[in-house]
Formats: sequence, structure tokens, C-alpha cells
Amino acid sequence: MKRDLIKANEALVKGAIMAGCTQYYGYPITPASEIAEAASVYMPVCGGTFIQAESEVAAINMVYGASGAGARAMTASSGPGISLKQEGVSYLSGAELPAVIVDIMRAGPGLGNIWPEQGDYNQVVHGGGHGNYKVIVLAPNRAQEMCDLTMLAFDLADKYRMVVYILADAYVGQMMEPVEFPKVNKKAPHRPWALYADKASQPNVITSIVFSAEALEEHNLKLQARYAQIEKDEVRFQEIQCEDAELILMGYGFVSRLLQSTIEVLRKQGKKVGMLRPISLFPFPNQRIQELAAQGKHFLCVELSNGQMRDDVYLATFKKDIVHFYGRMGGMVPSVAEIVDVALGYLK
Amino acid sequence: MTSDNNKLASVEVTPNLCKACQRCVEVCAPGVLMTNPEKAFNELGYQWIVYTGEGCTGCGVCFYVCPEPGGIKVQKRERTKATS
Amino acid sequence: MTTKANVLEKATAFYDHFERKGGQDQTTHYCPGCGHGNVHKLIAEALDDLGLAERTVFVSPVGCSVFAYYYFDTGNIQAAHGRAPAVGTGVKRTRPHSIVISYQGDGDLASIGGLEIIHAANRGENMTVFFINNAIYGMTGGQMAPTSLIGQKTSTSPYGRTVENEGYPIRMCELISTLESPVYVERCQLADVKGIMAARKAVRKALQNQADGKGFSFVELLSPCPTGWKMTTHDSLQWIKDFMIPYFPVKVFKDESATRNGRIREPKEYTDEELFKALNLGLLGESQPRDAEFLKNFKTVEMKIAGFGGQGVLTAGAILAAAAMQENLEVSWIPSYGPEKRGGTANCSVILSKDSIGSPMVVSPNVLVVMNDPSLDTFEDAVVSGGLVIVNSSIITRKLKRTDVDVLYIPLSDIAADLGLNAAANMVLLGAYLEYTKLFPLDHLKKIIPYTLKRKTLAEANVKAAEAGAQWMRDNNKR
Repeated sequence: MKRDLIKANEALVKGAIMAGCTQYYGYPITPASEIAEAASVYMPVCGGTFIQAESEVAAINMVYGASGAGARAMTASSGPGISLKQEGVSYLSGAELPAVIVDIMRAGPGLGNIWPEQGDYNQVVHGGGHGNYKVIVLAPNRAQEMCDLTMLAFDLADKYRMVVYILADAYVGQMMEPVEFPKVNKKAPHRPWALYADKASQPNVITSIVFSAEALEEHNLKLQARYAQIEKDEVRFQEIQCEDAELILMGYGFVSRLLQSTIEVLRKQGKKVGMLRPISLFPFPNQRIQELAAQGKHFLCVELSNGQMRDDVYLATFKKDIVHFYGRMGGMVPSVAEIVDVALGYLK
Repeated sequence: MTSDNNKLASVEVTPNLCKACQRCVEVCAPGVLMTNPEKAFNELGYQWIVYTGEGCTGCGVCFYVCPEPGGIKVQKRERTKATS
Repeated sequence: MTTKANVLEKATAFYDHFERKGGQDQTTHYCPGCGHGNVHKLIAEALDDLGLAERTVFVSPVGCSVFAYYYFDTGNIQAAHGRAPAVGTGVKRTRPHSIVISYQGDGDLASIGGLEIIHAANRGENMTVFFINNAIYGMTGGQMAPTSLIGQKTSTSPYGRTVENEGYPIRMCELISTLESPVYVERCQLADVKGIMAARKAVRKALQNQADGKGFSFVELLSPCPTGWKMTTHDSLQWIKDFMIPYFPVKVFKDESATRNGRIREPKEYTDEELFKALNLGLLGESQPRDAEFLKNFKTVEMKIAGFGGQGVLTAGAILAAAAMQENLEVSWIPSYGPEKRGGTANCSVILSKDSIGSPMVVSPNVLVVMNDPSLDTFEDAVVSGGLVIVNSSIITRKLKRTDVDVLYIPLSDIAADLGLNAAANMVLLGAYLEYTKLFPLDHLKKIIPYTLKRKTLAEANVKAAEAGAQWMRDNNKR
């Protein structure tokens, strides 16, 4: 086996480059700066561009331009920066431009602090910009996935011509773990609609303006159809020991690592618990949740937030009484023992 | 300069592309551009500008002051060098 | 050069028909007398004459010229309000041979996009910016612009702009020409033939500079907005002369076109091998073949290493994890982070396991390494019963209170200092730890060291320190 022990944030950048990303535009912010730093190291020596933009807004608009010009392009930030980027995300979505955005979440609201939280779920998964758009959201929980899901993100972005987010937190980003790099050297696929500054692409126009109400509704309906297709085809989740479980622990990203340990502890005590970890937050594993709910299982959502993902589990089940929640905020992270205690409260 | 050369110069205003802003009329040195004397309106609802039919020197300034891409076409005098 | 030198007519860089409303219009959407059309014509003519249309990417802004992409037969991309220079940057960096035109109005460029234009200029992006200054927001219906003049009445300065309330009109050429990077900055006016012909030259130069790779060119054009100003065309031209030009002087602010060396750098394509090398992948090589017996007997190590910042506790954890990875173990390393980081100490959690690792955070370590007193105070109680504690006895003078754990008091700092390697106490630790636990051979660790240090020159010294740690353990451990 040939693996590299690498910080997850760096694994993400290397994965991006192997996926054919040549354009990185970003603005420093803790705890996402390491991604920009790694990009500044590797982009130039791999034939790409790294620019530290003047602002988050500029960075996302540079991504817009680069993507429009046919490149695989990305940016990364944390909550306060993502808030600023939302304008660009809406425009990217309207203009159907592929792009990958990384959000290494920190605690809010406002400046909050730099410790990990999952309070960006709503602004990322449910869209913080204007208009009826959705984005694909992938939530890695280990260094290997920071690489693999980033590579996947670029493919999905191109496949569906839309924005794909990597939603992680500072713990995932800071971790060093072994990563087996796939060692590929992908190139951005040819985009017939993009601007290559040549004769063939001269007629192309990239815009999010649709002048008439009729046409804009049609455009929106086309996007909604695409999102519906994504909900069918791109749901990704990980399941541990759900078959006989009475209580399903749900959490994404770093929390799922805590839940994995929680299950180990509880199973040793003979408790029937399992874990359902959404890997894609949009599309959300609604169907699987519904199946498990139909079997009479309860859910305990554990989040570093006020229950933002929990609301989606409600929506999937329409049963408040089987969806339980435990959350910490402000940068506080529950210990495994803490989650074990909470889970025991919902177990016979 | 001979009068022969002057005959070769001409200006053409496309009636339906004219918004009657008058810029060409104001800059035309020989004064050969004027509002259409017939009280007619083009597709855009403007009383367009017309060439009186003679006297254009082909200087081309009306072309540059006209804001419409296809509003005015100027045929320069034969001996006039290309502008570049 | 135009092929119809003797005819002035619609440039081929314009589309035949402008399909803005799906029809066959050949007129623009601009109001009568509007200056946008003049500038469009100058640009289209220059693109024709310079032969640039095919590789041009025109960035349409937000404002009256939002629909410029209906007119120019070039590549077109429409940007959010004020962001055209950023969008143009993305295009240009991706396609260095492209001709990027950022066409912006005063609200777009000088107000909401103030930052983007300043920084695109300051980076010296090899692009061309045309700045249409008509001192008003046209598209939204005549609101005040950052360039509206003092006393100018607009729909949002109904009593006239005042210095007290809005400050002075902003002069962008003056601002931008203070920057080092831009190659060419000129302000022109469209009020008369002379001005338009000067603008024609400026437009060409600004595009030629880009084609030559000379950098950022900026042309401001004082432009009539008869509708927004509620004037006839004639009066609007006079207003430019009487009021705009006195405040916004028409001149060349900067022109280094003749002296700048042009350069266009196309991106290099990398072969697979070059790319992987550049990415530093697989430096450690293949891991040890899996030893079933080793794995069977392997008990998960949950280690906490804590000390002062600068004692190399994070590095020690990372090197141990890397070495263990090469033994085909699952490993995780996470630095102290968040509220758990306290007391001015640095610490990291390292887990070595034969199975998939859940939480990488070590709360109850079965191995605790403490390099200083505060670390021992913080973590002593957390160690699981029967765990191992390694104490840097060079610095920590007290003994453990706990009696249910194994303790090794090792003068790590002294051993390092004896070698003249004050910073290598962490390596002494690793040597001693491996010698004590026989987790895997020290040689395996030594192989890793050069790849895990930022300063490769220190590899030899660190190997020596690890050996010294192992030696100390052999000499002193009575087990």
C-alpha cells in the first residue's frame, strides 16, 4: 500500500489538482487559509493559477470568469466568507457554471470564533443567495474523503453544470491521516458552451439574465428538473449497523467520527444503535431515512449547530416525535462519552 | 481637391435605425444632413435624418458621432487614405 | 486594416442582428444621443481593424450596457454588478491569449465595484477597461452616481448633490494612475468630434496594449446621458463641456505603452509524472508488507503528546503516525484545537489502530507524553488506568500523583542537549518510546524522518537524537 500521511486540507488541494482544477481564487480566513496556502504552493508548479483575491466577492467572481472560460476552478473559505460569496453562487447557478467551493466551517454568528461548528448548513445546503437554485453539497469526514469527494465534486459540477460545495469543518481540515491518492491527471472536459477565446466559441454567451418572465420561468423549471434528477441519482450516505438498530445516530462531517466511536461504546454495552451519515447533504438521503423510519427506528441527530440538519430529517419523516437532537455550538464539541449519555436516554 | 472627388463621397442614413438624436446634423460641416422634411416616422417612432443628396465630403464625422452601429454609412472620397 | 478602407459602416465585430428581444432588431436599446453607442462603435471598429474579435471575451456589466452581449460578435460573459474586473481576471488567467474587455459604467466601476477595479488595476491584469462616466445611474432610472457632480439633481439627490452629504465626485483615472501596475490611463470625452476621435485612438491603444501583453489599460469616457440628465442631446453635450470636463480633466494620466515589454504566458501542460512529482506524492513509498501476527497483537494506541510550543510535540506525533502508517496501521493525528487548547501548551492526539478510527480526538489517552509541568497538570487525570506516562524529567520535577499507571521519567531535554540538539527532545522521545514498547523497529522510524521534516538538513541530527533516546532506554530501563 502506498499512502501519504497528509493534512486533510492539503489532501483536498491535491485532489483538486488531480481532478484538473487549474484555477484557485481565494481570500484568507481561519480556518480555511491552509487550503489557500496549499493551493499557493501547488497550483503554480502544476500549471495552474493561484490568486489571493482582494475579497471573497472578487474570488468567487474570478471563479465565475475562469469557469466560463472553460477551466475547472475553485475557491475556499469559512462562514463569514461564504456569506459574502453568496452573490457569486447565485450568479454561477443562474449561468449554469460548474464550480467547486469549499467551506471549512467556523462558529458564528458574526465573527463568532474560529473553532469548529456546523452552523453553515442552512446557508450552504439551502442556499444563501437569491433565486431558486440548489447546490450539491458533499460532506467529507476524513482526509481520504477530502481528496476523493473533491475530485467527485469537480466531476459532478461539470456533469450538472452547477456549484458543488465541500462542506467540512476545522477538525476535518486539521487532521492528518493516511490518504491513498488515485494518481490521475485529469483535464477539464471540453465545455461546448464555454469561452475559449477562439473561433469555435466566439458565439457563446454566458449570462444569468433571462429577459422575459416566461423564459425565466422555463429556465427555472429546467434547473428544478436537474435538481430532481440529482435527488434520484446522486444521494450518497454511509450506514453502520442500522439493520437491527433501535436508534439511528445521524451526523455528518467530523461529528460522524464521534458517532462511530459512540456506536462502538454502545454496542459493547449491548445497545442497538446504528449510524446514518449523509455524505451528500443535497441531495439528502430522504428515502433511506423514510425506510428506516417506517421500520419504527428513532433518530438522534448530533450536530455542532442548533439543529439545522435535524430540520431536514423532520422534513424527511414528518414525525417530530421520532427525531431527536443533541447539539453543541460556539465551538464546543461533545465528547463521545457525552453522546453516549444522550443516546442512552433514548434507548430502552 | 476636385469636384469630381466630392461627387464620389456620400452618406446614407438607415431610416429605421435612426433615433433622431441630431448629433450627425450638428457636426456636419457642409450641412447636408437634415431631419426628414416629410413628416414621417420610422419603426422606432422617430422622424429620421436624411441626406440632402449632394455635398457630402465624406469626412466621416457623422459616422463616429452616430451612436447607432448601423445608423450611418459613409462612402469616402476615392483618394482618401484608410484611417487606422 | 479594414478591407473597405473607403467606407465607414457597421463593424463586423457587431452582430448583424441584435436579438435582445428575440427579434431582428438592428438598433441598440440605448436612448437617443446616448454615448454607449459611440463607444461600442469605437470598440467594434478597433476589434475589426486589429483582428481581435475572434479571441475577445467581452465582459458585460450591470447598468445600461448590461446587454452589450447582444451587440458584440465576440465571446461574451455577463458579470454581477461591479464584478467585471474580477470575472475578467478569471477569464484572462484561464485564457491568457484572450482579449478581455471589461466595459463598465460609473455606478458599476466606481461604486459597487470599487474594490474589484482597483485591484485588477493593481495586479496589472492584462486587460482593457472602458469606463463610461455619465455621472448618473441610467439603467435604474437616474439615481446619483459616485461621479455625479456637486449640485447635480438626481432621483436620489433631489436637492442636488452636496459635499456635506455625499462628498465629492470620485475621479477614477486620478486614483488608478497612482498605481504602479497600469500601463495606460486616459480620460476622453464624447461631447464633440475632436473628443470622439481622440477616444478612438485611446480605445485602439488600450486594446493593442493588451494584445501585446503590456498589462492593464484604462480608458474613461465622459459620456452623455440625455435621458438621465433630462436634456436634449445638444444640451447634454454642452453640459459635458461646461460641467464635467472642468471637474474631470480630459488627458492622458499615464502612458508607458512605448516602454513596457509585453509578455503573454500560456499555461504549461504537465505530464502525469511531472504532476505527481510536483505534488510530492508517495514520498514514503510502499508500506511494510502486512504482518498478520503483528496486527493481531496490536493494541490501539491513543496517545496525547503535550508540551510547550516549540518543543516539537506536534512534529513528534506526526512522525510517529507516519511511521505507523508505513506499518500498515490506521493512524490519525490532530493538533490541539478549539476550547480544549488551554494553558499555553501545545498538544496533539495520535491514534494508531489496526481498525478504522472513529473520533481522532484522544480524551482518555493510554499513552501520555508530557514535556512540561502544565501539561502534566492538565492531563494526568485523563490517562486510563494501566496506561503509560512518559515524563520529560529534565523539566518536570514532580512525580505523578497517580499510582495506577506506568511511568517513565526520562530526561529528554538533557539527552538532546548533550548531543547539542536542544530542539530534538521530541526525537529522543520517539526513540525511547519505540525501544520501550517495541511497537516497530527504530530503523523504520529513521527512514521516515527525512520526509517529515520541513528542514531536510536536520534529518541526520534528528536520527541521532532518536538513537540516543533508544540507547538511554536500553541503559536505564530495568524492565
